[in-house]
Amino acid sequence: MTITASVTLTINGEDVTREIEPRETLADFLRRDMQLTGTHTGCEMGVCGACLVLVDGKATHGCLVFAVQAEGSTVETIEGLSERGIIGDIQAAFHERNALQCGFCTPGMLVTAHSMLAPPGVPTREEIRDALSGNYCRCTGYEAIVDAIEAVARQRAGEEVAA
Amino acid sequence: MNAPLGALDRPNSYIGRSVSRPNAKRLLAGKGRYVTDLVLPRMVHAAFLRSPYAHARIVSVDAEAARTMPGVRLIATGGDLARICQPWTGTLDHFKGMKSAPQLPLPVGKATWAGQAVVAIVADTRAQAEDAAEAVMVEFEELPPVIDIDAAREPGADRVAEELGDNICFHAKLDTGGIDGLFATAAHVVEEEFLFGRHTAVTLEPRAILADYEASEERLTVHHATQTPFQFQDLYSRHFGIPEAQVRVVAPDIGGSFGMKLHVYHEDMAVVGLSILLGRPVKFVADRIESFVSDIHARDHRVRARMAIDAAGTIIGMDVDDVTAIGAFSTYPRTSAVEGNQVIRLMGAPYRFGNYRAELSVVFQNKVQTSQYRAVGHPIAAAVTERLVDMAAARAGLDPAVMRERNLIADDAYPCESPTGYRFEALSHQECLARLKAMMDYDGLRAEQAVLRAKGIHRGIGIASFVEISNPSPAFYGIGGARISAQDGAVVKVTPSGEVRCLISVTEQGQGTETIIGQIVADQLGVAREKVRVITGDTEVTPHGGATWACRGAGIGGETALRAARALKANVLKVAAAILQARTDELDLLDGWIVDAVGQQRLSLADVARIAYFRSDTLPPGTEAQLTVAHHFAPQGYPFAFTNGIQGCHVELDAETGFVKILKHWVVEDCGRIINPLLVDEQVRGGVVQGLGAAFFEECLYDAAGQLTNGSLADYLVPMACEMPDIEIDHVETPTLDTILGAKGCGEAGTAAASAAALNAVNDAMTPFGATIAQIPMTPARLLRALGRI
Ligand code: FES
Ligand code: FES
Repeated sequence: MTITASVTLTINGEDVTREIEPRETLADFLRRDMQLTGTHTGCEMGVCGACLVLVDGKATHGCLVFAVQAEGSTVETIEGLSERGIIGDIQAAFHERNALQCGFCTPGMLVTAHSMLAPPGVPTREEIRDALSGNYCRCTGYEAIVDAIEAVARQRAGEEVAA
Repeated sequence: MNAPLGALDRPNSYIGRSVSRPNAKRLLAGKGRYVTDLVLPRMVHAAFLRSPYAHARIVSVDAEAARTMPGVRLIATGGDLARICQPWTGTLDHFKGMKSAPQLPLPVGKATWAGQAVVAIVADTRAQAEDAAEAVMVEFEELPPVIDIDAAREPGADRVAEELGDNICFHAKLDTGGIDGLFATAAHVVEEEFLFGRHTAVTLEPRAILADYEASEERLTVHHATQTPFQFQDLYSRHFGIPEAQVRVVAPDIGGSFGMKLHVYHEDMAVVGLSILLGRPVKFVADRIESFVSDIHARDHRVRARMAIDAAGTIIGMDVDDVTAIGAFSTYPRTSAVEGNQVIRLMGAPYRFGNYRAELSVVFQNKVQTSQYRAVGHPIAAAVTERLVDMAAARAGLDPAVMRERNLIADDAYPCESPTGYRFEALSHQECLARLKAMMDYDGLRAEQAVLRAKGIHRGIGIASFVEISNPSPAFYGIGGARISAQDGAVVKVTPSGEVRCLISVTEQGQGTETIIGQIVADQLGVAREKVRVITGDTEVTPHGGATWACRGAGIGGETALRAARALKANVLKVAAAILQARTDELDLLDGWIVDAVGQQRLSLADVARIAYFRSDTLPPGTEAQLTVAHHFAPQGYPFAFTNGIQGCHVELDAETGFVKILKHWVVEDCGRIINPLLVDEQVRGGVVQGLGAAFFEECLYDAAGQLTNGSLADYLVPMACEMPDIEIDHVETPTLDTILGAKGCGEAGTAAASAAALNAVNDAMTPFGATIAQIPMTPARLLRALGRI
């Protein structure tokens, strides 16, 4: 017999209660039980950043947290962030700069970019690269991602974007 | 040399314009549909019990306890699957004397590498399948593993496959003659032994497959994360005895491939077999640990090479011995000998010399297979050649850039042939070098280097030229008996509303295939890009074709789309001429309108389509309204469209810690006509970073027992954002004249020479210490050893 536990949390603004296996990670729970497949898993050990979601506003590895540990939390995934238009400028900058290829790292990148850009100010390229170090991308070589994030930071700071 | 102005260069042409990818918005919203995400009704999940030993006899399998565990649907051994799947052998006929043992989905008799799948377990959930896998008892009897490339080649060595007689998969020699005499009398000879570590693709989405066999219709549908759906349609059909037309392979969004996802994997064949046995959809997604022990690895070469120059610093010959270890089998259907073959044939390719000798030995061992991964063989040929050129320059007392100016094949010397047998149509090495020097301010960097050295700061500058193979003809695989297409096919049609659909056999993995095909069709047909929808990745929908590998998407796929669009345009104008009672040669299609000789808009494409589809009664009798065109294109002329370029790398070495900071990287490359500069540049950047990964971080490490010791993403290092430099890119455009479009490939250029440039840069930084290194990855420990610090 599989033992299950009940978990109640808020996902993308919606209250959800489910009976799940305690061993299920938050990433698997989102992908399988909630069909929120925008959260990806690339390593399932906290290294690649493909599974990043916001838990109570903090970028969190969905692969390192059991879903039952998220009891009472507020979780936001790429789907929620997109639909609420919170990261529209970052997505537009990624699109324009071609800061994605296969797109598998992209949801995690966007969560990191969103967190990084929350405080005011324009980070240096080096600071952006440092902040991205928990997000692996195998396709782009990173530069376009750095460019896109830098462009959004400048836009938000009301500066002219360098041509 | 720049492309001449022609029909493709008119103002407002979509060809040559940086436009972003329409299909990227979906991925940005988290709405990608990767195989990993797919769920089908009654779908069950496969997990595999894997061999803990590099080489072991399978004595017995006891699955009784596991069969009764919750959710378990099927447990299958090698014997169970062998009954329904024909074995495969990874050889090509044109590689004379090549051999490899036959392979099955799961082994019967013995396991030949640590991590090889031995027993398949299918259950309602992946977790249940993994639980049950732990309850399957397999008795193994350990056999001595074959690991070392020299020991493997000794007479009487333990063998990976008893039936093959020895551990040699393939052996080849090239010789233009007189090499020993030439080297004995040359003014200078430089030589080195190079070591290239095994590394692997690490696509961020691991391998994934979902097979669905429907017995009532004898129909197999496979959703497969692959670059090459047609190749797999053919293979599943032939190996499982299902008629080809009944097999559908769909490649939806793919989370990276880089060559890794176009090979036959044992688990994938097993999953197809399991679906046939169960009559249900079966899914398998490799986890990262499984990926490391079952995805193909690449490289793993030891090259002993020497270069002879005359007193003036002119390269006069090369002599090369490459030994490469490929694991337990040659990979199917593209084999594991292509990399070695390309290494010995690309050696010295940018340079003008005529004397060459090479020997290649491809060796079996008890590790996972190696095979084609991005820039197959190129990084090895480039690193060996370019390091030897730098060593020769030092011996001749020449600056490395001057050495190259003297020895690169002149831009006006084409067509010409390499001593290894490659025919070059037109390359631009000299122009690329001149542009690179200007872009990186080569002389300024040298001056700065001298000043900083005096202050104890050790910077290094490395440059590396390269030649890249793209647009392969049937000379690549077809000639060797592999059913891998060198042609592509497209169907282009005008819809009843006057919009356009293009269904084409090249595939998308994020590089922008669909975008460039859309640009070409829109441009050549004469409609707005937004009106063109491109559909790829489904054998049931598009014509048969080679798909995307060896940088053929733009060059061959693009030409296919171009010709299909031109044919469709001719048909559209015929119908328009009938409607307008005009001559077709007086009409043109521009921006979705039929225009006359003075540019007057006469009729919209939408009206042409409306009349053709709904009011054919109003057309003159006998009018052929063919608003759907199918077109196939296979490359003719040169067997390959070679591209070329040069890279520069600037590093700073901390001689105390062995750490290297990559300060900046530059690339000048010539992929012929550029369709979308934005996409080309990002292909090059991504390729460079994979090459820098190989140069500094990435290596699959094995112990003496054949166990992979760093097979997780925490232990195997891939480049991170903070370690990578900004990469500046420039282009020279020398279109191939073999096609109308003139495009060649660009996806492998970055990887081809990045590690070579880095190797030269690090060696340059170590010059004051009298230290050298000829092994990649150049880890801090290896650099400290080279510097004599440890
Ligand atoms: S899947 Fe969570 S960090 Fe990689
Ligand atoms: S876009 Fe493919 S991993 Fe980042």
